[in-house]
Amino acid sequence: MQAQMNRRGFLQVSTLAGGGLLLGFYFRPTLDAQGPPAPAPLSPNAFIRITPENRVFIMAKNPEVGQGVRTSMPMIIADELDVDWSAVQYEQADVDQAKYGQQFAGGSTGTPTNWTPLRQVGAAARQMLIAAAAATWAVPDAECTTASGTVRHASSGRTLTYGAVATKAAALTPPDFATLKLKDKTDYHIIGTRVHGVDNAKIVSGQPLFAIDFMVPGMLSAVYQKCPVFGGKVVSANLDAIKALPGVRHVFVVEGGSDLTTLAGGVAIVADTFYQAKTAREKLQVTWDEGPTASQSSEGFAAEAARLSTQAPAQWTRRDGDVDAALASAAHVAEGAYMYPFISHAQLEPEVCTAKFENGKLEIWAPSQTPGNALQGVSRTLGIQQSDITMHQLRGGGGFGRRLTNDYIVEAAWIAKVVAGTPIKLQWTREDDMAHDFYRPQGFHYFKGGVDASGALVAWRNHFVTYGNGPQTAPFANYGAAEFPAGFVPNYALGQSTMPLGVPTGAMRAPGSNGLAFVIQSFIDELAHAASKDPLQFRIDLLNVPMITPPAPPGGGRGFGPVFNAERMRGVLELVREKSAWGKTTMTKGRAMGVACHFSHQGYFAAVADLSVSADKAITVHKVWVACDLGSPVINPLNAENQVQGSVIEAMSHLMNWEITIDRGRAVQTNFHQYQPTRIQQAPPVIEAHFRETNNPPTGLGEPALPPVLGAIVNALFSATSDRVRTLPLAKSGYTWG
Amino acid sequence: MPYTLTVNGRATTVDVPAEMPLLWVLRDVLNLKGTKFGCGMAQCGACTVHLDGEPTRSCITPIAAVGGRKVTTIEGLSADATHPVQQAWLANDVPQCGYCQAGQIMSAAALLAKTPAPTDADIDAAMSGNLCRCGTYLRIRKAIHDAAAMRSNVARRTADAELTPTGVISV
Repeated sequence: MQAQMNRRGFLQVSTLAGGGLLLGFYFRPTLDAQGPPAPAPLSPNAFIRITPENRVFIMAKNPEVGQGVRTSMPMIIADELDVDWSAVQYEQADVDQAKYGQQFAGGSTGTPTNWTPLRQVGAAARQMLIAAAAATWAVPDAECTTASGTVRHASSGRTLTYGAVATKAAALTPPDFATLKLKDKTDYHIIGTRVHGVDNAKIVSGQPLFAIDFMVPGMLSAVYQKCPVFGGKVVSANLDAIKALPGVRHVFVVEGGSDLTTLAGGVAIVADTFYQAKTAREKLQVTWDEGPTASQSSEGFAAEAARLSTQAPAQWTRRDGDVDAALASAAHVAEGAYMYPFISHAQLEPEVCTAKFENGKLEIWAPSQTPGNALQGVSRTLGIQQSDITMHQLRGGGGFGRRLTNDYIVEAAWIAKVVAGTPIKLQWTREDDMAHDFYRPQGFHYFKGGVDASGALVAWRNHFVTYGNGPQTAPFANYGAAEFPAGFVPNYALGQSTMPLGVPTGAMRAPGSNGLAFVIQSFIDELAHAASKDPLQFRIDLLNVPMITPPAPPGGGRGFGPVFNAERMRGVLELVREKSAWGKTTMTKGRAMGVACHFSHQGYFAAVADLSVSADKAITVHKVWVACDLGSPVINPLNAENQVQGSVIEAMSHLMNWEITIDRGRAVQTNFHQYQPTRIQQAPPVIEAHFRETNNPPTGLGEPALPPVLGAIVNALFSATSDRVRTLPLAKSGYTWG
Repeated sequence: MPYTLTVNGRATTVDVPAEMPLLWVLRDVLNLKGTKFGCGMAQCGACTVHLDGEPTRSCITPIAAVGGRKVTTIEGLSADATHPVQQAWLANDVPQCGYCQAGQIMSAAALLAKTPAPTDADIDAAMSGNLCRCGTYLRIRKAIHDAAAMRSNVARRTADAELTPTGVISV
């Protein structure tokens, strides 16, 4: 569980050139005692600019890849500042975490980590503007109110716009954050309202906006050919022949290193246009040293997982009670071997980055989800001080975790340095993207569980076969000791064995959860059916068991909990039961509902799917209900609904078609024809998102709606057909979308 | 070799290889960045433009195959983003990342030009070639219905075949 962040805020103000307020805000994150050490103190930066003409500019600090933070974060500041949303323009912050604090789009952390600091920025600025107006009128601050970017003195009927007092406000000492009174929820006029995306007008009219659209004068176009086997090296290439092709200006070998997250070896081609670079690349002939993992294959992995499953786990992640005894005495036992495959992110904009190296300075324009890591990776790989690198954030055409890894940025920076003085745009193709992803890791799970005569879940055993070296799992191929239903089953055992892997893995939307929710929620469903219990009630009953929190491990630390709140999970299950009329709907033959729930990214989510299956295994999803508890308020319900609907559509892609198979050490699938995402004709007519607003601070929604949908659909499939599909994607079992 | 094109109502000449896809001519020669690259093999629809009103995947359309057909891109769909489809997209807050939406809008506009009051099935059939990786399909359906209603309520201000030229196209 991620450490909770507490922040102390500091303010610095200065006067804008030409007058107006520039409210600098900086905060010093302090992590709790068990968290990682706090970063170095931060320096000032600007979040709000108010011009004498009363125009309000609010900085959007974080990367935008479709999750909606360019809209939601300025909304939070604007509400406390007390300006009309229509008066606000956003500005995209460049990358400078010393100035702006953490700039990061991952783990659905944007909302929870910025919720309080951004409100404080807005409230502090408002208080200073009030003070400036009150001083102008020689009245007490307390007699002044604000509305719509204006300070009012009610008893005299006087008003001053923020713009009119902004310069004066900038000369004031900023308030101590501890003294700031933030708004009550009932007073919000922007937060919690349905605000449209700030870039929509550009999107619908096709104006340049995305990283791929970015241009620098004199820019050349680069492509980069890496070894199809991950980590392979160039032995030789027909560079002279390529150099002679139309438009080609540079072609060279990049040695690269062993860290695929920064710079793998390859051949760079730089040409006048992308078309020329790509055409030249088609003539490129490279002899590769494919390295030690060139014999790995999906077939081999499956065989090794099956072999390991017959042995005792290499290690135990958690053991509560006595699972073997409980299984032996259980009234009903269920058993199942599950598998989910490697999958690729497939964000629609292929990787792209523009870079310019000149006079020892590097400038980068990119859509990174982890721009701070990008700076570090570039700095380390190229040997350039971070102070000599400027990085600009461009809107990304999707992220889903792919842009947490900055390999394409390091490649672009490297190429730019080689052709110093000329800016280049590195453009990946879809084939590059699918061949060189950091894939959602495949996982194998060997379950056995038991229920007692009353139908209570009494035994749960899982041997998780994953990738890694000994106890160290590959990135995002782990399975935590606190993962539900751990703590709710008296006899619980989670074991783990690993297999070596040459395939790079990484975080994909709801990492970990996007595989675990499928297997765990499927197997819970198997046990509910074994107990002859209603699957939704079975989950509620399970959540009513007093939670077991094992003692902290030797030497201190947190132990396994107690972050999971059973009441909140029961709450979303009850909500989805009510909204879906679960158990009250008469279903025709071949049609059924399924349910699942999952906790991730601090959010509690339950889903019900209603689907029917034809005799030829075509599945039609009629409707999906998702019940969400991400605290309150929901910052932007208009976008929240969109995120939930998108999560359902993505879950359907995971379920039906998505699989990256490995053969001879490389990815087999190359483009969307072999890797079909959900299409419009497969989308259910209705997806309902229901928010259970609990009295908890708001948390993020980029990810946690997805995992329970996986379970809800496969559980509905079982109820409709009695076919328990334990291997994804469903297409392998002959299913299609109807 | 030189090809004379009519793009968004304006005639222009480009000197490019015959096989060069229209997508890259639009993006890199004519500097019209609205049409997007997603797959390069007509699988995702992000590159959709109109050729004489027909939705066409520009990523697999060689420039030599365009001929005399009029090219309309997202930039030329309306002078100021007031095409009913664009308005409906704004009203419904359709985009998430937004990358596919130009292609979606071009396919939707072509559908409505031929089928003024499409059913859900009509929409699904016409839009099945346009991927939205973020999964905004429910809003896309709703927006197309809304745009259809707008078109039937308001006199058609702009026939799709007579689009207003936009901006300056430099070659």
